[in-house]
Amino acid sequence: MTQVLTIARLTILEASRRKLLLALGILTIVVIVLTSWGFSRLPTMNNVTPAEVRLAASQLTILMAFMFSGVLALGSTLVAAPSIASDIESGIALAILPRPIRRSQLLMGKWLGLALLVTLYAAGSGLLELLGIWLGTNYLPPNPVASIAFVAAEGIILMTLALLLSTRLAPMTGGVIALVLFFVAWIGGIALAIGITFDNETIKNIGIGSRLLIPTDGLWHGAIFYLEPSEVLAAARIAGRARAGNPFFADAPLPGIYLAWVVGWLVAIVGLANWSFAKRDL
Amino acid sequence: MEAADAASLAVHTQDLAKRYGKTVALSGLTMSVRRAEVFGFLGPNGAGKTTAVKLLVGLALPTAGQGWVLGAPIGDLQTRRRLGYLPELFRYQGWMTAREVLGLHCKLSGMARSEWTKEIDLALDMVGLADRADDKVEGFSKGMQQRLGLGVALLGRPELVLLDEPTSALDPVGRHDVREIIRQLKARGTAVFLNSHLLTEVEQICDRLAVVDHGRVIATGTMSQILGQDGAVRVRVTGLPAGSRAALGEFGTLEAEGEWLTFRGLNPDRVPQLVSEIVRQGGRVYAVEPRHETLEDRFLQLLKEQEQ
Repeated sequence: MTQVLTIARLTILEASRRKLLLALGILTIVVIVLTSWGFSRLPTMNNVTPAEVRLAASQLTILMAFMFSGVLALGSTLVAAPSIASDIESGIALAILPRPIRRSQLLMGKWLGLALLVTLYAAGSGLLELLGIWLGTNYLPPNPVASIAFVAAEGIILMTLALLLSTRLAPMTGGVIALVLFFVAWIGGIALAIGITFDNETIKNIGIGSRLLIPTDGLWHGAIFYLEPSEVLAAARIAGRARAGNPFFADAPLPGIYLAWVVGWLVAIVGLANWSFAKRDL
Repeated sequence: MEAADAASLAVHTQDLAKRYGKTVALSGLTMSVRRAEVFGFLGPNGAGKTTAVKLLVGLALPTAGQGWVLGAPIGDLQTRRRLGYLPELFRYQGWMTAREVLGLHCKLSGMARSEWTKEIDLALDMVGLADRADDKVEGFSKGMQQRLGLGVALLGRPELVLLDEPTSALDPVGRHDVREIIRQLKARGTAVFLNSHLLTEVEQICDRLAVVDHGRVIATGTMSQILGQDGAVRVRVTGLPAGSRAALGEFGTLEAEGEWLTFRGLNPDRVPQLVSEIVRQGGRVYAVEPRHETLEDRFLQLLKEQEQ
């Protein structure tokens, strides 16, 4: 475990020394300050009622969550895709691995370090943004912690996928593949909603397949659900088919069995990454 | 050889082979490196030298054969604590200082924290980087990175140090320093496995060596065994009648080059007898000297023989 923690610390230290954390932190704070100011303008608009402010704030909060989840997905892919591949290409791995450290310890150390960075960013940016929204509009979503946890999980899932690709593919190739899969899964989520609403089995099955193979969109919908106040859910249900394909709406929490699938998926991908790295000649 | 016998050696391999797809990188490498000796590993490009080193330190998995390092099967995790390795092509984290890189390797090798400072300072002194200890590695020249790599390989007083082209980026002073370091390592009982293209370097510091070609050892032994210094003598002669050279064939294999005759396989005790015989046949002897073949000559000859 000591070796895993050493590599995890090294991963975080590298992100810090290379000014990744600083750049991300400054940009995130700028975005939060600007959007909080924007939210604070909502109650001052002409003839707006508190219910309308609440409704607008809830929908804009979901859009903000989407932006942060996108930053997290892109960011975690860009950081994870080169993590193993670059170390192999540059020769850093050649210098480290003849030490008494297993390849699995190196990989898990990287995974742990990156997972901590993803969680830290999701928690930090999410809580600060929600604080800004609350100060500006007095609105808080029903379960912000659960929502942030799902956004973090989405980032960790994509990071883990990029890490697996990094054990075999060049950084650029692995990163592009992970991002393409992320967006394909997003479209798959829209297909699922349309398939369910219009009761089309084929489209529904395509959506289910994409949600099982790449669970990022499923987790995104888990995050959305906990950002929706009850009146939004009620109004959307009345809207019926009109809400079909809306990627910013979830009418139910994720079922427990799906969460179990996601955990199993994560364990399987981590296992596959370890196997792939262990079998690779350096 | 049994594993128990291999324990007395620093390295022992038996028919070690490595194949990358259809490409055979190493085919049946059998060799032994004794404890506390400097062992040179020579071969042309693509002979399988780096592959062999990577197999020994566990960076690649053999497709056949067996190998032991310090008595343990290759790849053994605990044995790596007693190993030092300088890769041929490597880089350290540019955002770290030299001292931090060494600290990271102290930590990864499981060294007690109380020993870090002493070990790091010792390594920095040995490789001549003491005054750059707190500079970031990204500002280092290739030669300085190689010095740092050597420092990393020396951490923790390893029992075996594997150096893959340790002087390829160094200037003459740096090369001299590395030779001195290798001599110091030998003096303190460390076995050194030196993979190098620089034949003069190998000639100067190696106790024994192996020549590999196409993934197989084609010659191994001490320097004099490899060079074949088994009584080769050069004699400068004039006035030797044509036809009398055949009679000299009994002294060894004869090669003529102008006035110089080279006798291979000649017992040194028979040199006076040879001179007498030449004089008796009417020849005039101006010089008699043992023939010193350079490692480069012998290396090229071995490769040529292998091709034939």
